[in-house]
Amino acid sequence: MGASIDTLINREYQAGFVTDIEADAIPRGLSEATVRLISSKKNEPEWLLEWRLKAFRRWQQMAEPHWANVGYSKIDYQDIVYYSAPKSAKPLGSLDEVDPKIRETYDKLGIPLHEQKLLAGVAVDAVFDSVSVGTTYKEELAKHGIIFMSFGEAVREHPELVQKYLGSVVPYSDNFFAALNAAVFSDGSFVYVPKGVRCPMELSTYFRINAADTGQFERTLIVADEGAYVSYLEGCTAPKRSTNQLHAAVVELVALEDASVKYSTVQNWYAGDEEGKGGIYNFVTKRGKCAGARSKISWTQVETGSAITWKYPSVILQGDDSTGEFYSVAVVNNHQQADTGTKMIHMGRNTKSTIVSKGISAGKGNNSYRGLVKVLPKAENARNYTQCDSMLVGNRCGAHTFPYIEVGNNTATIEHEASTSKIGEDQIFYLKQRGMSAEQAVSMIVSGFCKEVFKELPMEFALEAQQLLGITLEGSVG
Amino acid sequence: MLKIQGLRATVSDKEILKGIDLTVNAGEVHAVMGPNGSGKSTLAQVLAGHPAYTVTGGSVEFDGEDLLEMDPEVRAQKGVFLAFQYPVEIPGVSNAYFLRTAYNEIRKARGEEEVDPMDFLDIMEQKLKMVEMNDVMLNRSVNTGFSGGEKKRNEILQMAVLEPKLAILDETDSGLDIDALRVVANGVNALRRPDRSTIVVTHYQRLLNYIVPDFVHVLANGRIVKSGGKELALELEAKGYDWVTGPQGAAA
Ligand SMILES: Nc1ncnc2c1ncn2[C@@H]1O[C@H](COP(=O)(O)OP(=O)(O)O)[C@@H](O)[C@H]1O
Ligand SMILES: [Mg+2]
Repeated sequence: MGASIDTLINREYQAGFVTDIEADAIPRGLSEATVRLISSKKNEPEWLLEWRLKAFRRWQQMAEPHWANVGYSKIDYQDIVYYSAPKSAKPLGSLDEVDPKIRETYDKLGIPLHEQKLLAGVAVDAVFDSVSVGTTYKEELAKHGIIFMSFGEAVREHPELVQKYLGSVVPYSDNFFAALNAAVFSDGSFVYVPKGVRCPMELSTYFRINAADTGQFERTLIVADEGAYVSYLEGCTAPKRSTNQLHAAVVELVALEDASVKYSTVQNWYAGDEEGKGGIYNFVTKRGKCAGARSKISWTQVETGSAITWKYPSVILQGDDSTGEFYSVAVVNNHQQADTGTKMIHMGRNTKSTIVSKGISAGKGNNSYRGLVKVLPKAENARNYTQCDSMLVGNRCGAHTFPYIEVGNNTATIEHEASTSKIGEDQIFYLKQRGMSAEQAVSMIVSGFCKEVFKELPMEFALEAQQLLGITLEGSVG
Repeated sequence: MLKIQGLRATVSDKEILKGIDLTVNAGEVHAVMGPNGSGKSTLAQVLAGHPAYTVTGGSVEFDGEDLLEMDPEVRAQKGVFLAFQYPVEIPGVSNAYFLRTAYNEIRKARGEEEVDPMDFLDIMEQKLKMVEMNDVMLNRSVNTGFSGGEKKRNEILQMAVLEPKLAILDETDSGLDIDALRVVANGVNALRRPDRSTIVVTHYQRLLNYIVPDFVHVLANGRIVKSGGKELALELEAKGYDWVTGPQGAAA
């Protein structure tokens, strides 16, 4: 049994190639001068430079946190390249001007940057190392008043919106990695959906780390104004390299009154080889604020990549009757480590949160769920439902759950369910006896296990998740 | 169709099958009876290729081919079907999807075209009627939360859909009420054809009132100790297993 499951989960990493392209990179190392250099390369206004510098000074006083259930060798922050852009990337270039090599890279990844070839109804912002190299469907979206562009462009074209919301959910002082990101972030995506507008297509950003020894520090800011709706997808890959690379992103979501934001991630960073060499360190701060009454924020993530994943997409439920959701599948194999989960902070009355976490551990992988449900004293009638399921494949992997519950109002209803199961030889044999191969059998069992999460994914992403986990999705979606 | 010669098998280093000889021709129904722990399920699992059992001697020929050389899924694709004594739960996977996947895998192996979900539902409609099952069952997860009787009916439904050449029923009757028993028997009888065979493993004679066997074998201590016609089952019922095995057989 072990062999068949292993071949399934140990599929070659398909996105591990390197694009040979000339880059404009700054020297390794981090100082105030680095922060100024990045800001000047991006022609940023004074207020943004000031904000970065405040963040940098704050970061210098902070210590790298080590409370997560992951282990890794010390990161040398002076040995990282903080900015690297393909030379050909023009800051305001139209899609037609995208460098053919970069276009080819995205084609290989299955993310064509030609609008006519795109999956119907998905607009893409492609971020290559430190900069956005093109955004599709911009004009179409503009007709609805929707702003979808790279962060850099948004700073130039909509400074008032960026200034109003930047750091409003994740302040630069929030944590060590958020402060680092605020100081050196290079690009990312910006979305604004105006009052009452339902975004007619899925918006998506595709992050690609190409250059060696480069960190990717992008920022995403999504604002849904009153009554607006947007569904956003994030995908990521990186070449196979034997050294570790740092990815420290910040994502901020804001939902005003009656607005709804759905954020889905299929993360497929390079995870390192079988010995645990190389791979991406993914230390990310993702947080949404249900600022208005009856607003809703929903996170769905499928995590298959990274050597180390450390992230907790969270929701601050400030508005009365607001809803927060977190649906997660995290797969670890070989020496991968994941410490992931969510925080649901109930502040408003009748706020409701749902957490469904599915952890799959194989090889020597270590998977931890860490979740906080916090009900503040004024949050009358808050409700939370948490379901945390772990599946073990083999005997050398681990699964851990760390649920934290802090209730400051006794009208709260908190439910927690947890289970651990093992893919059994008998399950696999049963499916084989019905004519299925070992691979199909494992796929079927795993997709059944993940069903509640997969059904939350937008169709286009569900298909990608299917490929990633080697899963025939038909059964779990239908 | 099936020719078992001198079959020996161990599980956890313990010898369970100690030399089984059994020939099943096309169109025949054989009943294998015997006390608990005599090795009936072991025989069924070995024929299906369960990896926990190690074959230590003998041979099994299926349609002239070496069955023991084949992977379990290949055996299934070639028409060997086992109705499990303890069917396994697969949470989150709908019965319909599971059945369609199995059906298509077996068709593919035969060089036939796969059937799409709509056409498959048509096929199912008729099969469901045969086992008197509601189509609600198709949307439930495979065996998950099914009662014992529902699980057994689900096995028969699978058999009816997959139409195997050789069906092995491992105590499909145990724990069933009379109605369910009749359903199981109808399923098996509907499948009876000159080119198909069935091995019915059972502890009790009861099922054999509905599925009339051509031959009855008594398994005790890993060996077939007696074979005969359908009247042997009645005789066993009347006299108990001690009659053929001696007291030590029942104690295993
Ligand atoms: N997986 C197993 N591990 C250890 N012993 C087993 C296993 N399966 C069966 N046995 C033993 O093999 C013997 C025969 O079991 P079984 O074939 O299930 O008998 P029956 O189906 O006739 O009741 C019993 O003593 C049982 O305990
Ligand atoms: Mg048995």
